Amino acid sequence: MKNDIILSGVGGQGILSIAAVIGYAAVENNLYLKQAEVHGMSQRGGDVQSHFRFSDKPVASDLIPYGEADLILSVEPMEALRYLPWLSDKGWLVTNSKPFINIPDYPDEDELHAQIKKIKNNLIVDADTIAKDTGSARAANIVMLGAASHFIELPFQSLQNAIRKLFARKGDEIIDLNLKALTAGREQYNK
Amino acid sequence: MSKLILLGDEAIAQAAIDAGLSGMYAYPGTPSTEIMEYIQSSRDASSRNIHHEWSANEKTAMEAALGMSYTGKRAMVAMKHVGLNVAADGFINSAMTGVNGGVIVVAADDPSMHSSQNEQDSRFYGKFAFVPVFEPSNQQEAYDMVFEAFEVSEKYKVPVLFRITTRLAHSRSAVNQKDKLEQKEFNMPSDLRQFVLLPAIARRKFKVLLSNFESLAEDEKCQINNQYIEGDDKSMGVVACGLAYNYLMENCKEGACRFPVVKIGFYPVREELLARLKSECDQILVLEEGFPVFEELMKGVPGSDYRIRGRLDGSLPRDGELNPNLVAKALGLRSGYGKDIPDVVRKRPPSLCKGCGHADMYNALNDALKEYGPGRVFSDIGCYTLGALPPFNAINSCVDMGASVTMAIGAADGGLFPSVAVIGDSTFTHSGMTGLLDAVIKNSPVTVIISDNSTTGMTGGQKSHATNRLESICEGLGVEKKHIRTIIPLRKNHNENTVIMKEEIAFKGVSVIISQRECIQTAVRRKKKEREKK
Repeated sequence: MKNDIILSGVGGQGILSIAAVIGYAAVENNLYLKQAEVHGMSQRGGDVQSHFRFSDKPVASDLIPYGEADLILSVEPMEALRYLPWLSDKGWLVTNSKPFINIPDYPDEDELHAQIKKIKNNLIVDADTIAKDTGSARAANIVMLGAASHFIELPFQSLQNAIRKLFARKGDEIIDLNLKALTAGREQYNK
Repeated sequence: MSKLILLGDEAIAQAAIDAGLSGMYAYPGTPSTEIMEYIQSSRDASSRNIHHEWSANEKTAMEAALGMSYTGKRAMVAMKHVGLNVAADGFINSAMTGVNGGVIVVAADDPSMHSSQNEQDSRFYGKFAFVPVFEPSNQQEAYDMVFEAFEVSEKYKVPVLFRITTRLAHSRSAVNQKDKLEQKEFNMPSDLRQFVLLPAIARRKFKVLLSNFESLAEDEKCQINNQYIEGDDKSMGVVACGLAYNYLMENCKEGACRFPVVKIGFYPVREELLARLKSECDQILVLEEGFPVFEELMKGVPGSDYRIRGRLDGSLPRDGELNPNLVAKALGLRSGYGKDIPDVVRKRPPSLCKGCGHADMYNALNDALKEYGPGRVFSDIGCYTLGALPPFNAINSCVDMGASVTMAIGAADGGLFPSVAVIGDSTFTHSGMTGLLDAVIKNSPVTVIISDNSTTGMTGGQKSHATNRLESICEGLGVEKKHIRTIIPLRKNHNENTVIMKEEIAFKGVSVIISQRECIQTAVRRKKKEREKK
């Protein structure tokens, strides 16, 4: 068993929190993992990505080879497309529909969505609205994780445990909000 | 013994704590910053009273580490690759003096320049200084090698260079922790002239350094990190240095490589190992992150028929970091590819944050300089370097830490007026102050704008040595008090700030404008912390 995931978004959108949740969950299941992330200049509003790999066997490369990602989990629609060279034929592309516009030439949204829909296995989620409805506008990243959880080979309960661990210091209220966001995200797709 | 999930940087930091470190010294720089940050937030480190303050720059960090070593204790100093240029004088001469307590110098290289102005390979410095180099391939090796590196440093009384690259520094994996070692006792050098590099002493010490370097290539304990791994297919041998080994193994789906492999984790390498590979295999492929350091070594005298493949013969690109696909190609393997990035995807370069004080400073500066035309602003290294991009297009240089001030001086010498420097507060105390002294001594007609956000912003908001000290530093260096102006870069102050800039730019002597407003990233974090306290 091996799962190769590309997490993508714009600096500051919380992809490292998603990575931390998957990380805790992978450890709970005694899996090997490697997770390469971006620090430094790009975190200032540039495109950022994290390569997350876990497996029941040791993981060699910190980077996923082209064409081998099982999942692109993106918190921003244009950023989802930036990593298509990594996506495998059977891979899923799961993305937030809400654009993050901080460049003057941001493309037309319909055109973006049309490109996303060209990918056989795609799931577009209005994570910002769902997050707001569940009571925490800031949990859009966790909504996305919930939506993508169908394609992450870890028990859903492990992801829930991981959220309890990650937000432990922030108190029960924040934990509950994030658990709700995770579940609301998961409900966006029926396998 | 517990298992931790750590970044490569964090594994090095935790290992240093566990190996009895007494002092950590560093200046922030991607991808090395998290080493010091981890130690600063570690309870282990504070309960063991390990020194963990940032230094003014990499040179002062290097020298302080050497001072810690003088007392017999273990010290580590960490920096990005270009930081080693700044620390080079101390580093190279610390090899000459040798150490007392163990010293590890971590250099984090950034091939592909994710967050740097060049992609130099720090292994060169190891050879240049006759210093042994450790190069781990993964987080566990990084952890384990720190223990070894301290031992080697103390055994040979030489500092040790610890070379990592971005993908190890910023990648997480599981690390098994070892039992903690005690810190070393206070213990002065047995020879109180050890650190005195007078020529007569230095000549003697250099011979020792050279002879030690030879011994290191034969030292069993060091050479354990360089292994010959058998393979049946002798049509090619592979040398895999550091992280490159992972990319090789990624391409060996069955878990073993069919070619014989020499896995390198320590330099200098025993020659016998390479000679064996060369005699057994028809050709050799060298995989190394960074420059073709090893490939050049293997190539030897030109004209030989023996084929060494790598970055020099086009088997791999000459620049940029390696990845599993590039290595697959070099191995003659097919690798997959998803789909091309659609044209609709635009570039998204980093940009100044919304509400950033640097932006207001540049808007005022652009207006103040309008009458003179473009091409008059030398800048430096930090978030404000983004002033080179639209919509500002405000700066004309970014070279090395502190170069804004000194280039402005030289350009003024060459007849440029006005000649303006823009430098951040932390960069100013890193390497800008000495340049400003030059300007004062000869009364250069330059204006130095210190864009003071009271933090080291680009690397994530580390404490800046300059905070609340800039005015007194500039006054102390001899800048006239009436030409040290402080402005608050806010949109509402735009006109007033532009006028002040115009006045000082027109002045034909040294002037300093301190553009002071807290970084909005650190301000947000500070306010959040204050709220949580309530």
